[in-house]
Amino acid sequence: MTDNAKTVARLLSTAVFMFAFGFLLVPLYDVLCAVTGFNGKTAGQYVPEKTTEIDKDRWVTVQFITNNNAGMPFEFRPKQRSMRVHPGEINTTEFYIRNPVARTITAQAVPSVSPFHAAAYLHKTECFCFEQQQLVEGEALDMPLRFIVDSELPADVTTLTLSYTLFNISQEALAVAR
Amino acid sequence: MITENPHDSHGPDKGLMRWVFTTNHKDIGTLYLWFSFLMFLTGGVMALIIRSELFQPGLQLVQPEFFIQMTTMHGLIMVFGAVMPAFVGLANCLIPMMVGAPDMAMPRMNNFSFWILPFAFGLLLSSLFMEGGAPNFGWTFYAPLSTDFGPPSTTFFIFAVHMMGISSIMGSINIIVTILNLRAPGMTLMKMPLFVWTWLITAYLLIAVMPVLAGVVTMMLMDIHFNTAFFSAGGGGDPVLFQHIFWFFGHPEVYIMILPAFGIVSAIIPTFARKRLFGYESMVYATASIAFLSFIVWAHHMFTVGIPIAGELYFMYATMLIAVPTGVKVFNWVATMWQGSMTFETPMLFAIAFVVLFSIGGFSGLMLSIVPADFQYHDTYFVVAHFHYVLVPGSVFSVMAAVYYWLPKWTGNMYDEALGKTHFWLSFIGINITFFPQHFVGLAGMPRRIPDYPLQFADFNMVSSCGAFLFGFSQLLFLFIIIKTIRGGEKATEQVWEGAHGLEWTIPSPAPYHTFTTPPSDLNEAHG
Amino acid sequence: MRRANPISWSAGLVMLLGGNAAMAEWTLNMTEGVTEISRQVYNLHMIFFFVCVAIGVLVFGTMIVSMVLHRKSRGAVPATFHENTKLEYMWTILPIVILIVMAVPATSTLRDMYDAGESDIDIEVRGIQWKWQYTYLNDDPAKEVRFVSSLLTPKDEIENLAPKNEFYLLEVDEPLVIPINKRIRFLITSEDVIHAWWVPAFAVKKDAIPGFIHESWAIVDEPGIYRGQCAELCGKDHGFMPIEVHAVSEEDYETWLAEKQEAARVVYETIGKEWTFEELMATGETVYQQSCAACHQLNGEGIPPVFPALKGQGLAVGPIAAHTDIILNGKAGTAMQAFGTQLNPAQLAAVITYERNAWGNNLADHIQPSRINEILSGGAQ
Repeated sequence: MTDNAKTVARLLSTAVFMFAFGFLLVPLYDVLCAVTGFNGKTAGQYVPEKTTEIDKDRWVTVQFITNNNAGMPFEFRPKQRSMRVHPGEINTTEFYIRNPVARTITAQAVPSVSPFHAAAYLHKTECFCFEQQQLVEGEALDMPLRFIVDSELPADVTTLTLSYTLFNISQEALAVAR
Repeated sequence: MITENPHDSHGPDKGLMRWVFTTNHKDIGTLYLWFSFLMFLTGGVMALIIRSELFQPGLQLVQPEFFIQMTTMHGLIMVFGAVMPAFVGLANCLIPMMVGAPDMAMPRMNNFSFWILPFAFGLLLSSLFMEGGAPNFGWTFYAPLSTDFGPPSTTFFIFAVHMMGISSIMGSINIIVTILNLRAPGMTLMKMPLFVWTWLITAYLLIAVMPVLAGVVTMMLMDIHFNTAFFSAGGGGDPVLFQHIFWFFGHPEVYIMILPAFGIVSAIIPTFARKRLFGYESMVYATASIAFLSFIVWAHHMFTVGIPIAGELYFMYATMLIAVPTGVKVFNWVATMWQGSMTFETPMLFAIAFVVLFSIGGFSGLMLSIVPADFQYHDTYFVVAHFHYVLVPGSVFSVMAAVYYWLPKWTGNMYDEALGKTHFWLSFIGINITFFPQHFVGLAGMPRRIPDYPLQFADFNMVSSCGAFLFGFSQLLFLFIIIKTIRGGEKATEQVWEGAHGLEWTIPSPAPYHTFTTPPSDLNEAHG
Repeated sequence: MRRANPISWSAGLVMLLGGNAAMAEWTLNMTEGVTEISRQVYNLHMIFFFVCVAIGVLVFGTMIVSMVLHRKSRGAVPATFHENTKLEYMWTILPIVILIVMAVPATSTLRDMYDAGESDIDIEVRGIQWKWQYTYLNDDPAKEVRFVSSLLTPKDEIENLAPKNEFYLLEVDEPLVIPINKRIRFLITSEDVIHAWWVPAFAVKKDAIPGFIHESWAIVDEPGIYRGQCAELCGKDHGFMPIEVHAVSEEDYETWLAEKQEAARVVYETIGKEWTFEELMATGETVYQQSCAACHQLNGEGIPPVFPALKGQGLAVGPIAAHTDIILNGKAGTAMQAFGTQLNPAQLAAVITYERNAWGNNLADHIQPSRINEILSGGAQ
């Protein structure tokens, strides 16, 4: 009987551990993606360690795409569709956002980069996606993005696409399922 | 030589309450098997609704909203309500007898493990009548379709899954403890019948992955009700994370649904070939390798999700590798048959059909593992054909084979062989007519989970639907045969089958209510 | 030639070997497609298929022979062997070798697919329940072509009230048009749930995931019309959001593009761009004079009670949403019509702005034509 109890205890703790492991996969996945850029997610705010050398011999096209997720009524568009930049230099561009409806809405912009192996080389020093944006009715903003394309960007990447999807994260949106 | 404890010859209690309170492994096994058959017929009706709608292009019978509820519920019920409980039922009936133990290690927990299931499935099925209908996002319930866009019944679906998981985990703990601690003296692990080995390994898989399923549905619950964002990019989450966690459970789950089948077939073929199982040891190692590999290949269900090339290549290679131990098992079965002295009673027919048709499913699986080709196969009927081949003439046939094989032991009566063979041939023909054409429509470009399709898919769909009705109605014959056998038939001997080896064939037929209350002393007959 | 027995291996093999073209209804095989990648994929598929057939013939053949020869009814006596180490090693190692050999072309094709080269045209593909939206990315917003592509098949055909046409469920109102021999990059995302964009003829299938962008590419060799379907369950009309791509010569593409860009430019000028307050007021005054003054008078004082005043009172000085709503949708039971169907978004935006700021109302707010357009297209209020 004690043998049984011991085995049961071991198996039960395995089951509990695996349940916890499922939840552990969540931060594990985030870390893996942050480190590798595997899912096109860019890292958070980038603080350049030193003045980087600008690679004047290389041009990279950075393309900007904006999208609204379902339930997000804002106008949202890039001021420029694309820019040609040198790796290593700091570049700035702006995105226009406006709340046309009669309610205050909080938005979160979520960036995504393609191709993924380029994601880790796009550094954002200033980005509206670091914070939520709350806009009242009619309010409009020009939101800046400052970024550096790392000079270590793999040689085969000539165009990199940065897409922002705008989500409505106000309470009203979160409570409602379609 | 076994001795029956004279005290126990009073047999089981009388009346219905016997079934509610029983702690007897044979009773509980019976409950699981009947429950599983009921679920098999329920899921089968849903399949027939699906195939009826797909009989012709156009929407004739049901609306798309209901159709996707049917595909979802059909999958959930067959996976969690038919196949898994059937194998657990067989485990309950057979493992104690096969290892020479009087019962499972924890008989009361055993009872509880079963009785959760009717409640879980009652809850799940009742969702069909809830406002918004039943879950309609596929049995794989990807986010955000299931989290942000699911019907109100999704919450009940989550609770039902939790209950099923608890039942499975408890059942698996019971099985492992029984196998590890209650074997008759002298029965080393390498002397156990292969069915016991495959269940030992399956039980470990279940304990490892059912909690992960519980985790992912809990995360779903939190996303739906508690404003978390595990799977929503807006809150910093990722829908693809859902797929990783789900398939980390999901892939081992499909091996959970086939390993016991391997064990069954490994019992039946040697009996009817009158020859020992070829390569017992390598069968054990192959099963263990398959189980180990099953943990590290999950993303082959996600090749189109946008995984970087290194990931795609790794998962492709690892998945292709699984063909090796699986092939070893198939070769071993063939080598068992080779130069045997075969007869082809119904269990053997099902077992041989298993080997052939499961292998066909395995071939389509190998094709699916090739990433560039998978871009054309993924989410088409080619995949549907693949998994139905491994699950229906795979798992389900093995359960039917097991039922025919052990029914004389359980009931004391031989089933009607002519009827059994009829059931086999109708099922065999029906299954192939149903699922073989699905390879073609899948290759021709028909996606999954659609209630209506372009005209070029019409002809094979019509054929497939005809096969489905043939196969479906043939199962009523199966029901008839089982009931007929329970009620009477040619008396079965202790050994039943000339070539049968194993402890269960050393006791009377029908097996007494309590068996091996004292451990068997002669283990020569332990495995074939 | 119709072979109605799908179980027949030989029939299948003959058809497959004979090519995969015109078997319109009893199609057995995948398409070879019209790109170099799709042909590589088809070849991989066939190689793997034949390897599986060969192994199957070997294994099942052995079983069949055994079932014939080694039966008790033939008097066969069972052998006693139950292991053979050499044989077991052989049939473990040989499959590994076969798999390694097969992995080589598979790896090579995958690497070709992942090659991130410079594209000629970038198209954003957005999955929406239950249609696709395509945007031909262009640095000049006035030239950016964007349109929604929805199922064209009439409900009557689906509900069996009319005979189904040849392209039943595979036709759209606005197909994607691309030039042949150019590298097209598809940037794929979703507005709501996971969809998947799949064109079998290109061997392109990629999941469309909300919040993320993925890319795929194709260079189409042959002009033609290629059809695909959504390949990820996305809700009730998952089966009703097809994809139709027209691959045309470069000249035809340029012609089509020019037409579309002209239409886009017009829209941009009227709806897409951001109007200044002065532009809105100027146009608004004109619209007011033409469409509103008859009842509400040039001075905004109306003819109460039938025609309410707009100066200093009522919805014109209240919340803009209600004001917009009454102009777009009218008011039942009164003479106020639904101007949403009569005026274009630029005119509507302008007149609303005008009413809110004229006659001393001076609310200093305004509404853009793009916003009116959004509301009219069913967007959130």
